[in-house]
Amino acid sequence: MATTYAEPLGQHAAPHVSTRLQRLLPKLVLAPSVAITLVFVYGFILWTTYLSFTKSRGYAVHELVGWLQYERVWAQPRWSVALHNLAIFGILYIVICLFLGLLLAILLDQRIRQEGTLRAIFLYPMAISFIVTGTAWKWMLNPGLGLEKLAHDWGYTNFHFDWIVNEDMAIYTLVIAGVWQATGFVMAMFLAGLRGIDQDIIKAASIDGARMLRIYWRIIIPQLRPVFLSALVILAHLAIKSYDLVVALTGGGPGYATDLPSTFMYAHTFTRNQLGMGAASAVMMLLTVAAIMVPFLYSEVRHSRATGRD
Amino acid sequence: MEQTWETPQMAQGTSFAWSRVVIYGLLGFFALIYLLPLVVMVLTSFKHLPEIYAGNMIALPKDWTIEPWVDAWQTACVGLSCNGIKGYFWNSAKMTVLAVVISTLLGLLNGYVLTKWKFKGANVLFGLMLFGCFIPFQIVLIPMATLLGKMGIASSTTGLVFVHVVYGICFTTLYARNYYVAFPDELVKAAMIDGARFFSIFWRILLPNSGPIIIVTVIWQFTNIWNDFLFGASFSTGESAPMTVALNNVVNTSTGERPYNVHMAAAMIAALPTLLVYIFGGRYFVRGLMAGSVKG
Repeated sequence: MATTYAEPLGQHAAPHVSTRLQRLLPKLVLAPSVAITLVFVYGFILWTTYLSFTKSRGYAVHELVGWLQYERVWAQPRWSVALHNLAIFGILYIVICLFLGLLLAILLDQRIRQEGTLRAIFLYPMAISFIVTGTAWKWMLNPGLGLEKLAHDWGYTNFHFDWIVNEDMAIYTLVIAGVWQATGFVMAMFLAGLRGIDQDIIKAASIDGARMLRIYWRIIIPQLRPVFLSALVILAHLAIKSYDLVVALTGGGPGYATDLPSTFMYAHTFTRNQLGMGAASAVMMLLTVAAIMVPFLYSEVRHSRATGRD
Repeated sequence: MEQTWETPQMAQGTSFAWSRVVIYGLLGFFALIYLLPLVVMVLTSFKHLPEIYAGNMIALPKDWTIEPWVDAWQTACVGLSCNGIKGYFWNSAKMTVLAVVISTLLGLLNGYVLTKWKFKGANVLFGLMLFGCFIPFQIVLIPMATLLGKMGIASSTTGLVFVHVVYGICFTTLYARNYYVAFPDELVKAAMIDGARFFSIFWRILLPNSGPIIIVTVIWQFTNIWNDFLFGASFSTGESAPMTVALNNVVNTSTGERPYNVHMAAAMIAALPTLLVYIFGGRYFVRGLMAGSVKG
């Protein structure tokens, strides 16, 4: 499988300086990218981790203070709010995206006319920056101008929808907009999964008289387990990294009611002159993402090797 | 499918039709909801301000106007300067084109080496690079800000191009590698026996067959870089900001009666490049999305 071409194949090639260069060339070409990764990904991770153990505030200092910055982060009510929000947002975002994504995929898999157009409609939010679509969402969620006003105009004067300015409910507006953005993506993953299922099994089951809902529940959905796992991992890491969404929609407010760890990190690093705390929160974000992604990537790479795709 | 009280014969006929109605009804309903933000944005951007405050957000403009678009482009206020978003649009355009070209080229070469010139440890290196795609970028913000400052390219388009190339090559490498894995080794081997060298094999054999993956990579990188906000907000100030950062400022700086039509026009202008790419290359966008997520 892993054929090595780095060895010169042409025996007739004269042992020349240029041959040695040729042999080194592939590695030389790859080297800058490897160096970039080592420095700017892993080096920077170490650098930030180091900073998180120093006394740094407005600028980096080298006095080590142990876990102090982490303790300071955890002592902040704002951090608890951010974590609490991440839990609410993350769980709802993942569950609703999976549910709606699967539903849309199943609906689209029923020999639908205009399937291409519908797919494009469900997926376009992924192609546009949330800073852009957030502008529209903010407006639609604005009680005086958006959906609430629309309902009032239509005669439903009792309709209240002021979540975006309500401290307790604002986090759910992030869920709405986040789900709106990501479902199409989950749908595409499930649709690809559905199209990969052996149609004969389904035919056989339907000949046996099994009803369609039952076939889906018993036969088709269980076969989509790998897609569920992939989607779950991708959504979970997207949830942790969510940043534009908050900035565009609520700016973290009202107050800091819709802060997530990402906005907490940004605020402490760039506006509150707390480099050490910013670094500590970034390290905790990284560890959470790594805990999700590393096993997943590892199994994916191993799997691809085992099935001979490598 | 559904139980009905009708005679069995009729039930079969009607229930079939009903399930189609339910399916199309649901799909249509969701499609409307999904389109709503875009529709609201487009409609509002063509309305006069009084009509916006008085009217209904999904009503067609009574009196169409392109003034908001002109204002957004030329006179909208970004922070304290009121020269519109045109400068920022070009910042983003320059930044995106350069970063996409460089990162795609590097990715293709990396993918070529990682599949056709494998050496011991190549897979480990690939795994290391792959992880870089998924880190939360908060972890690199502080060191990168420091470094860009020291290199003298903080708050410049050059700086942002650099950042986007650095954190883009893991994706471009991933795409190219997964594409070239399936490329027949025999062709490469045959060319080697004919005496072709590293670059000429790449140039004459791989590259002419890389059309689809180049499109996928370019579209993916274009969308990601154009839409980036975090790096733009962290590493640029004032005039050097990319479009997304400027848009966020436009939306948040207006005081008094907010010119929502101008905001929406500015948002549309910011969305147009990626929206057009999506409309014309949607197929490839989806492929990129899937390749970047499902299969590592």
